[in-house]
Amino acid sequence: MIQVVCVKQVPDTETRVKPAADGRSLDPAGVTWVLNPYDEYAVEQALRVREQQGGGEVVALSVGGAGAQTMLRNVLALGADRAILLRTDLPGPDGLAVARALAAEIRALAPGLVWLGRQAVDDDQAQVGPILAELLGLPCATVAAAFALAGETATVERDIEGGREIVELTLPAVITADKGLNEPRYASLKGIMAAKKKTIAEKPAELGEPNLEVVALELPPARAAGRVVGQGAAAVPELVRVLRESAKVI
Amino acid sequence: MSILVFVEQREGRVRSVSREALGEATRLAATLGGPVIGVCPAVADPGLAALGEAGAEKVLLAVHPAFDRYDAAGYAQAAVAAVAAVRPALVLFGASAMGRDLAPRVAARLGVGLATDCTSLAVQDGRLVAARPVYAGKAIQKVAFPRSPALASLRPKVFAPVSVPGRSAAVEALAVEHDAAAARARVVRVAAAGAGKVDVTEAEIVVSGGRGLKGPEHFKLIEDLAEALGASVGASRAVVDAGWRPHAEQVGQTGKTVSPKLYVAVGISGAIQHLAGMSSSRCIVAINKDPEAPIFKVADYGIVGDLFEVVPALTEAVRKLDAHA
Repeated sequence: MIQVVCVKQVPDTETRVKPAADGRSLDPAGVTWVLNPYDEYAVEQALRVREQQGGGEVVALSVGGAGAQTMLRNVLALGADRAILLRTDLPGPDGLAVARALAAEIRALAPGLVWLGRQAVDDDQAQVGPILAELLGLPCATVAAAFALAGETATVERDIEGGREIVELTLPAVITADKGLNEPRYASLKGIMAAKKKTIAEKPAELGEPNLEVVALELPPARAAGRVVGQGAAAVPELVRVLRESAKVI
Repeated sequence: MSILVFVEQREGRVRSVSREALGEATRLAATLGGPVIGVCPAVADPGLAALGEAGAEKVLLAVHPAFDRYDAAGYAQAAVAAVAAVRPALVLFGASAMGRDLAPRVAARLGVGLATDCTSLAVQDGRLVAARPVYAGKAIQKVAFPRSPALASLRPKVFAPVSVPGRSAAVEALAVEHDAAAARARVVRVAAAGAGKVDVTEAEIVVSGGRGLKGPEHFKLIEDLAEALGASVGASRAVVDAGWRPHAEQVGQTGKTVSPKLYVAVGISGAIQHLAGMSSSRCIVAINKDPEAPIFKVADYGIVGDLFEVVPALTEAVRKLDAHA
């Protein structure tokens, strides 16, 4: 079985975000780029399925700029067999545009499973997975916290408000991974060496016309400095008083 | 032009995110024009006429035996059928677990852009602009919609519902062709997390604990304070990664973004990933022994001290308030 893992290169979560001079995108100065944290769980699950099945191919697929090569090389070091980079220099294409570019590539691969992270931690769109599934005409479960595969049936558990939904899907299917789906592995030295010999194919991303127009990227209003009401348990009565009388929240 | 609102129900109860979306639709109708129309997939009418008081003029009810649980394909079909029927300029969803899953599917079927998890919608120079937190709240992205209808999902607890006393919504049947037996994905079971447990994203008050608690057994302190306040329990990434608490409780980047009216951070230093997920809370309280902890820079009120003394005292004080109330 071929599995496709869609991955994205994003700023590290420690990044202090600064808008660029265009007022619409991120200033890339000083940003450390990493594999989107949720994608780590997607990659790991695809590798586990391949191991469980004793074979098959895991293809890492990304829409991004030249820098995404480094991230894809890391995914190859984790164990993916090969990678495809759909090149674009657009700073933040919308979810439908990205899904269209991915779908065009995935159709030709005819995978049994398509994996994505639940969302990328940069633009937080959380929509490429289910849009991709619709474009491919495949069933989809988002935000998977548990996964099991028996024959052609996948069972996914996903957190909802106050509970969990258990979803059964018939393969081929699209699944987006939540944190906690598994414990992602680290790249081994052997994996890093092997990755050097694996291929990263590059072609232009067919994004089509944009479906959203980014007008601005701004910093949120700074919170006014608060005050320390006191030290230790002795400060509790004053805290309760201000919460009741000033903030009116209890 | 009309505004369509996806009305979410679970087990026959309309969820509060939908009342919030109806409220925002009602406010926007003043500039964009109305009417405000809902669409609700369900097995039976969950009392939709009452949504008139929440701002809906009319609600389209799509009844199907498979709609007792969330049925992604069927619900998407109902939403698309409603769009075809009312030709809205804007379609709103709650950015709940269901709305986050459903809205992209509807966007794909309509071939239009979707702005997810919005915290404000405004008409600027005659066009709709949605503001949405990105980088888990470290920045705000503003987007416009080159295609119609515009689709947006709204972050829970951010938009206020409206109240139109005495108004009743017209409820009309919406026909949906949906072969549930042919569906290749279905919800086979829903497991409850525990009676009355409110998700951190939907709670009025959240009490979160961090590494300062020193061990999972001390989360009892957090649970007791949460119970006294009628709050939900949250956690920092450090304690989730350490396996002390489930990921469903994690607040911050790679966890949940919350906007409660009161957020109490206990033993949380305030790493940038955590601050991103909670700094849009209305009121923030920090309890930490380190006066230099970054959490105090965003907190409205802080207590510097040993949480093992402060938290039980606070729990006791809140219980006394309730006893007097």
